[in-house]
Amino acid sequence: MTVADSLLDVADLTVSYRVDGAWLPALRDFRLRLGAGQVYGLVGESGSGKSTAALALMRYLGGNGRLEAGARLRFAGEDLLAKSPRELRRLWARRIKFVPQNAGAALNPSLKIGRQVLEALQAAEGSGGEAAYATMLRMFRDVNLAAPERVAERYPHELSGGMQQRVTIAMALISDPQLLIMDEPTTGLDVTTEAVILDLLRGLIAQRATGLLFITHNLGLVAQLCQRVLVLYAGEIMEDAAVAQLFASPRHPYTLGLLNSLPQPGARKASARLQAISGNPPALRLRARGCAFAQRCPLVIERCHREKPPLETLADGSLVRCHRWREVRPPSASPPPPNPLHKEGGGYTSGEDEAQPALLRARGLKKHFPVPRSLRQALRGIQPPPIQALDGVDLQLRAGQTLGLVGESGSGKTTLARVIIGLQESSGGTLEILGIEARASARQRRQDILGKLQMVFQNPQNSLNPYMSVRQAIARPLLKLRGLSPAEAEAETLRLLALVNLRADYANRYPDELSGGEKQRVAIARAFASEPALVLCDEPVSALDVSVQAAVLNLLADLQAERGAAYLFISHDLAVVGYLADVIAVMYLGKLCEVGAAEAFFRPPYHPYSEALLSAIPIADPARKTARILLHDSLPRAHQQPRGCRFHQRCPRKIGAICEEEAPPWRQAAAGQIRCHIPLAELAAAQGALPPPAAGG
Amino acid sequence: MRSAVSDRQPRRAFAAIWRLLRALLRQPQSAIGAALVGFFLLLALFGGALAPHPNANDQSHAVRQPPTLDLGALQLGAHPFGTDRLGRDVYSRVILGASSIFRIAGLGTLISVVLGSALGMFMGYQGGWLDEALGRIIDALLAIPALLLALVLVGIIRNLDFEIGSWQAGLADNVVLLVIAALYIPIVARVARSATLDIKTREFVQAAEIRGESRAYIIFREILPSVIPALVVEASLRFSYAIFLVASLGFLGFGARPPSPDWGLMVNENRGGYYRLTPWALEFPALAIAALVIAVNLMSDGIRRAAQKGE
Repeated sequence: MTVADSLLDVADLTVSYRVDGAWLPALRDFRLRLGAGQVYGLVGESGSGKSTAALALMRYLGGNGRLEAGARLRFAGEDLLAKSPRELRRLWARRIKFVPQNAGAALNPSLKIGRQVLEALQAAEGSGGEAAYATMLRMFRDVNLAAPERVAERYPHELSGGMQQRVTIAMALISDPQLLIMDEPTTGLDVTTEAVILDLLRGLIAQRATGLLFITHNLGLVAQLCQRVLVLYAGEIMEDAAVAQLFASPRHPYTLGLLNSLPQPGARKASARLQAISGNPPALRLRARGCAFAQRCPLVIERCHREKPPLETLADGSLVRCHRWREVRPPSASPPPPNPLHKEGGGYTSGEDEAQPALLRARGLKKHFPVPRSLRQALRGIQPPPIQALDGVDLQLRAGQTLGLVGESGSGKTTLARVIIGLQESSGGTLEILGIEARASARQRRQDILGKLQMVFQNPQNSLNPYMSVRQAIARPLLKLRGLSPAEAEAETLRLLALVNLRADYANRYPDELSGGEKQRVAIARAFASEPALVLCDEPVSALDVSVQAAVLNLLADLQAERGAAYLFISHDLAVVGYLADVIAVMYLGKLCEVGAAEAFFRPPYHPYSEALLSAIPIADPARKTARILLHDSLPRAHQQPRGCRFHQRCPRKIGAICEEEAPPWRQAAAGQIRCHIPLAELAAAQGALPPPAAGG
Repeated sequence: MRSAVSDRQPRRAFAAIWRLLRALLRQPQSAIGAALVGFFLLLALFGGALAPHPNANDQSHAVRQPPTLDLGALQLGAHPFGTDRLGRDVYSRVILGASSIFRIAGLGTLISVVLGSALGMFMGYQGGWLDEALGRIIDALLAIPALLLALVLVGIIRNLDFEIGSWQAGLADNVVLLVIAALYIPIVARVARSATLDIKTREFVQAAEIRGESRAYIIFREILPSVIPALVVEASLRFSYAIFLVASLGFLGFGARPPSPDWGLMVNENRGGYYRLTPWALEFPALAIAALVIAVNLMSDGIRRAAQKGE
């Protein structure tokens, strides 16, 4: 591509932020050339400078940030650095559009959707009235918003997250911009919604020849959407290459590490350890003199610490910043070592196994949340139906087993975990732990049961008390639940720290002195302190960076092998669940719709809902475009439970009235159960036609 | 056990307060406020030693002497703020008055913060109908103007007859202090409650519940440290209102009784016809009230800003 036909041409872009009176560079020597109609991925961990780069190249930096002199910043042949603020505003209104990560916060909560979008159109084209309104409705239809007139009349909080994100995309595209910058636009959304939005973007980009800069930490999305990708680390470009090239043979050790840290398709904890990148990204003020990645690089040599590698331009136009890039081997060349601690076959049994009693047995577990009555309902004496977050869940789990629980947000996964652990009281059904009927709330449960059930939470930021040291956090369950003496507790604390691969001096640290991954390790050590038989993990890695995720997953797998604990592992990431789980259960609107052995889960027959979830996963392999089954709309409102099969309103394989009228039966598959009206042989035949979607990305 | 496992927690909380103080001193207005409050605190603590005439009721001086800026006036026997109509040294009385206002407002605030935050954290953590019921009672109490309620309470308790030397009489002597504490308990409780509602949803609290910890443990060990910054801000605010209230009650004749050197009382005793004769006997205590109220306000404003910054 020549300079003339590139839409965006950035070079030598350095951005500094003012932190406590000093200017610290957050982005160094950034360069990028983006053509019309091109989709460019920008990948990096949190703090790598992705968003800074995006905002800087729009020249939209906050008051504490500045562009260093000497940069080139050209957009469609014009010099952006020479523009006045007024000209920039006109440019942002019309030709360069930005879609932020959090659509909910980007929309004004007190204005109706239609009004906001029309304002954007007014700013861009100065047009109003009937024509503008018609344009807006057309745009809403283009982004797949059902009933556009109704959407226009609503306020942002009345829309689901996916709809809000579609509104911001519509708002960005309505002025037909030349350049679209999207900052993690699907990160907070379910995979099913993400799939719909990606599909939409592909179509719109191809149609309008818009240049798209897509910022993400998800390599699967890059593989599925982008043509070229730039990898940032600690504010510096590590590698920039065509997507096919980068995934097939990455040249930078960091890229290789990122690719390796994803669970490979079909990989299981018994067969392969994940390859984590050790350590954490450097803080802004601690950036090294040499290579930024040297601290964590497996190929590091003495020179890397001393001398910053130059950004080399290769023959095919790729960029790479590494002293030893010629020695980096593609991922397949180094097969991951097997994990000797695990053996396959902790699988699924449908019947009762007398030899190995169930660790956890739930029968018909229910949780209903009452809906407060409106004034009119109260006057008429009507009690609105409750929200059925759990509606008759049967589940059992044996010692040492991992049950993966998947489903969209709102499906009841977290409620199930909270009822089991005793944070919420069930409204019906029975729950047995170790053969003993468990009381509903944790405070009423017996001490020995309390110790046998522990939980690892999603958000490491909040799961440790900021005013308690690591020592106090881990020692408390030792003293309280295991009744150790203080001296024993101290020794055991240090042993637990070693178990989660933290140095003993971490005992004196406080949570604000730990990184996200370290906090999660401490939380895991705390959970294992009481020697639990079952640990509930609610999205334990979803708040962590990709490179840190793998290490935490490895830790969980190792601890299980060593301590024989069972896991109830909740995740929206099917690749992670496929890697770690022995049994997978799929939940939809408070009911299970499929339970089965993990090995068999990724082969047909699937429940139509599982099929849709599987096909929505963006696979980190550009050569394998998934045949997508798109689920439109989001979950129905929880208090308007559909009759018959819960899934019938969104089911792509609905067969007729029976789905709307009758609850489907459980059907016995080879290694599991599926609740569907369609006989399994028919399901398998229909689904076999698809290329098998396997775990990945 | 405590030494091995929990020794650093209090230090951690002190460190947070220390950081707050440092942030406070970095802002010019609040540094001035804090310095003035510190100055008055010194007067309150060592007033007896600093006042030229330690006996507040010493009427042995010439009456109605005007204030003097003469350097020699600072020597024993001189009256820099003049003397009042009974021949009492106004300068000494203003200095001696600091201690009662600090004792009543400070102790009253302290009691209200301790009890109010315990009540509020319990309500916030417990939730349910108990929280609802107590919350409504608090709302109702807050609807009554504080000064009016204080007047009524003080008036009623003052009129009760207690045996001299009995404990009831002791309470009645400290009636203003107790009324301030009672008035501010619901206000502090409301602040503590809302801070608790925020902290209670954090996952470390759930982790403690999973361990089967008692309510008291969760409230005082898990939640309290995170609520303390909000409580410090509220305490400083309450203190500034309490000073104003003590002065107001004194002025209205419901606070300290003559001849105690109470600032509000001194303003009251020297108004009307006496003001023409000895304006200084009214102006200096009034100035002291104004300076202290402004200083405490500046300081509490700074504490609030520092606490917000720290979040």
